[in-house]
Amino acid sequence: MRFTNLFRRRRRDSDKDIATQRLQLVLSHDRANISPGMLEKLKDEIIAVISKHLEIESDQVRVNFQKNQRETRLVADIPLKRHTGRQKRI
Amino acid sequence: MSGKIITISSGKGGVGKSTTTANLGIALALLGKSVICIDADIGLRNLDVMLGLENRIVYDIINVVTKQCSLRKALVRDKHYSNLSLLPAAQICDKSAISEDEMVRIAKEAAEQADYVLIDSPAGIEHGFRYAVKPAELVLLVTNPEVSAVRDADRVIGLLEAEGRAPVQLIINRLNPELVRRDVMLDADSILNLLAINLVGIVPEDPAILIAGNRGQPVLLDERSLAGKSFRNIGRRLTGEEVPFIPLQAPSLLQRIFRFQR
Repeated sequence: MRFTNLFRRRRRDSDKDIATQRLQLVLSHDRANISPGMLEKLKDEIIAVISKHLEIESDQVRVNFQKNQRETRLVADIPLKRHTGRQKRI
Repeated sequence: MSGKIITISSGKGGVGKSTTTANLGIALALLGKSVICIDADIGLRNLDVMLGLENRIVYDIINVVTKQCSLRKALVRDKHYSNLSLLPAAQICDKSAISEDEMVRIAKEAAEQADYVLIDSPAGIEHGFRYAVKPAELVLLVTNPEVSAVRDADRVIGLLEAEGRAPVQLIINRLNPELVRRDVMLDADSILNLLAINLVGIVPEDPAILIAGNRGQPVLLDERSLAGKSFRNIGRRLTGEEVPFIPLQAPSLLQRIFRFQR
């Protein structure tokens, strides 16, 4: 099992894939005209606002761009604290 | 006659804009179309050497802008294809010597005399790029399978989209099938997925392009060159013909040995 996992991981991180992933990130920031640092700041502010009303797992919050053809959207994935059981998407 | 005005652009420099312009000019001329290539890279004239016409230039685009001579008089006719001609860039001026409106006027006048007007855009996204794409009915965006070239291509698409400009089609130049096979190079599908625009051609990396550039004979004239064949196919697609893409698979070991023996 371990061996195949090792093999798979190596294949998944081919140079082509790394280039594609880096481009995905760079293009989404270029298109939205927001730097990675600003996005991080935005994430912190979102966490602060949501935390006022809900108990969330703030270290697991993901704020990313998602693109569909040439349309880009900002997607925040904010898991609620364990006892509520479900993740909430905004 | 009102020909189609097509601008070849890229954002990043050195990806093969002038090579593409020269080869598509010849490809269309071979199909019996009349073609005028305009070198819009004022100050960095290059299309003339690609076409092997550098010794025959008398007037340039700035002479036409300042009405020192007519467009017809400034055109340099190709040695082999009388239906292909070049409007050379000026070498001593810079890009501020021409305005967007003047470029539109010249391109439209050229379109009255030819089936296709191909404008070779300067690199970058400043004034030179802007006047080159202004008259375009179609923009052919040349990119390479590299992170920086694809990023710049995306910027250009964004700029053209924001201004509601001409439709954009992509040419992926200098794709190395062997590196793609080894998953080392970005493949065409990944690039198309990222940029989300239509593809009009893939041109494989080919040493014949360098040799052709040295001799001033576009690679398309080399019958054996796969890059030449790709450019010929793009020319046919521009005229509306449906041409299937050449499968760009790296030769297998056996094929390589066989080729070596020949």
